Amino acid sequence: MHSLSMKQFMVTGINDMTQLPQTTDKKLGLVIDLDTCVGCQACVISCKGWNTENYGAPLSDMDAYGANPSGTFLNRVHSFEVQPDTGGCAQTVHFPKSCLHCEDAPCVTVCPTGASYKRGEDGIVLVDEDACIGCGLCAWSCPYGARELDQAAGVMKKCTLCIDRIYNENLPEVDRVPSCVRTCPAGARHFGDFADPDSDVSKLVAERGGMDLMPEQGTKPVNKYLPPRPKDTLQEVDASAPILNPVAETPKGFLGWLDKALEAL
Amino acid sequence: MHPAPSVIFFTVFSGLGFGFLTWLGVGIPAPQGWAAFPYFFVAFAMAVGGLIASTFHLGNPKNALKAFSQWRTSWLSREAWMAVLTLSAMGIFAAANIFLNISMPPLGIIGAIMALITVYTTSMMYAQLKTVPRWNHWTTSLLFILLALGGGAILAADSLGTILFIGLAALAQIYVWDAGDKRFAKRGHSIETATGLGDMGKVRMYEAPHSGTNYLLTEMVYVIARKHAIKLRIIAFILAYIAPMLLAIISGRGFDLYILALIVHIVGILAQRWLFFAEAEHVVGLYYDKR
Ligand code: SF4
Ligand code: SF4
Ligand code: SF4
Repeated sequence: MHSLSMKQFMVTGINDMTQLPQTTDKKLGLVIDLDTCVGCQACVISCKGWNTENYGAPLSDMDAYGANPSGTFLNRVHSFEVQPDTGGCAQTVHFPKSCLHCEDAPCVTVCPTGASYKRGEDGIVLVDEDACIGCGLCAWSCPYGARELDQAAGVMKKCTLCIDRIYNENLPEVDRVPSCVRTCPAGARHFGDFADPDSDVSKLVAERGGMDLMPEQGTKPVNKYLPPRPKDTLQEVDASAPILNPVAETPKGFLGWLDKALEAL
Repeated sequence: MHPAPSVIFFTVFSGLGFGFLTWLGVGIPAPQGWAAFPYFFVAFAMAVGGLIASTFHLGNPKNALKAFSQWRTSWLSREAWMAVLTLSAMGIFAAANIFLNISMPPLGIIGAIMALITVYTTSMMYAQLKTVPRWNHWTTSLLFILLALGGGAILAADSLGTILFIGLAALAQIYVWDAGDKRFAKRGHSIETATGLGDMGKVRMYEAPHSGTNYLLTEMVYVIARKHAIKLRIIAFILAYIAPMLLAIISGRGFDLYILALIVHIVGILAQRWLFFAEAEHVVGLYYDKR
């Protein structure tokens, strides 16, 4: 039932088609906290679960139980290792990646059919599968690998920002956020409106220095990434010293008297 | 990028077909009546055959007509329009010539210009992509156009045109290969800018997001068989450029050698186009620590 009014959700952006809106009223998107993400892949699974049975063609798997399985996902978690220039231990960074709902989305303007579009009201970038010819040009134009051509349906799949959840009045209010955000056990994914400077996501970005991925591509991503906090550094001291030192060299008070008294015996 | 046979055939043969139509449009050669039929037949067969090949690259071709709708922003849509308009204009030109024995030079010249614009729109599908630095340059379009003119000249059996345009294409090719090799680094794309983690230190992939392959890797991160690239470049350069020029010089107007020139040129350009895709590195590879 949740996808009941999907058409109604989607229809508004189609008039402008592949001409990008000058500005959007809202800028809905995600903040992804690279400090908090533990790389558990829960968002990957919940995204696939929600989106395979709701809007559009299912997210197919190919050779799922064979030797060379592959499948369509809208969100994937990479893991990187960063070796500090100053030496010391390398740091592992888990790195979820889904569509960044770019303001200057090249994937929209290249589309020959108008299937790819960016909505004027909230900036969400969507694919109208009924118009898509599966040419793949939009996936070629995306620097972030956020679009995958479904190998069974032959149409382009991408993150919808769970448009069929966030406006869905059939769901309890707490569930009206993207599936990946709702699922993340570490609270590493946040959803909100970046056009509103007082929104939680805008504040997080301001406080934590939220950044763009590959800014030199000029796509102006809406989604922002919070860099990992610097690692704790240990003081160069003998950590065991305070534990092993005697608490008191000579007993005082009652114990001192007892000590002396026993000594005198 | 994955060198799919469908896109290789599409770009090679539509380029040759529209290139030949350009020459036929300006009247080099200018056969009349039924004698003109084989010329136009070859040109249309190549142009249309190439376009049909391109549809094999589509995941959902039943919507193909919708591809005409977004000409305001999409080079693919513009290409679709230009191809149809050019084929219509040249179709009228050819029909008048073959069936009515009427020559319409102004229409031919308009058709010739349109044919070159069609080749330009094809090239822009690739040259527009910032995500593939090797392609993202105006010399990509220049080379496509010079090759269309050069290949068309071979089909037209015109020695001066062959020597001039294949020669210019060869020069452009040397620049395109050389500058293309450096452009990815020059644009400053790296795993550090891709992840935004460069401030912290040197980044490498620790674990891929999936153990198997996926659409992104098979389509855009084509790394196998690039090791033969240099050998293949030499072969492509000799077959596509050097040999046809020599054959054109030798033959003057001897038709037989032009058929040989055409065959070696096509083989060379197929190799060149395979390299065009196989050597093109997409920035998404950075997220997989491979290019
Ligand atoms: S992340 Fe890729 S698919 Fe999403 S809007 Fe940006 S360019 Fe388009
Ligand atoms: S694959 Fe579909 S959505 Fe993408 S550019 Fe082609 S027609 Fe548009
Ligand atoms: S917002 Fe929805 S579609 Fe997008 S990554 Fe999250 S769960 Fe997947």
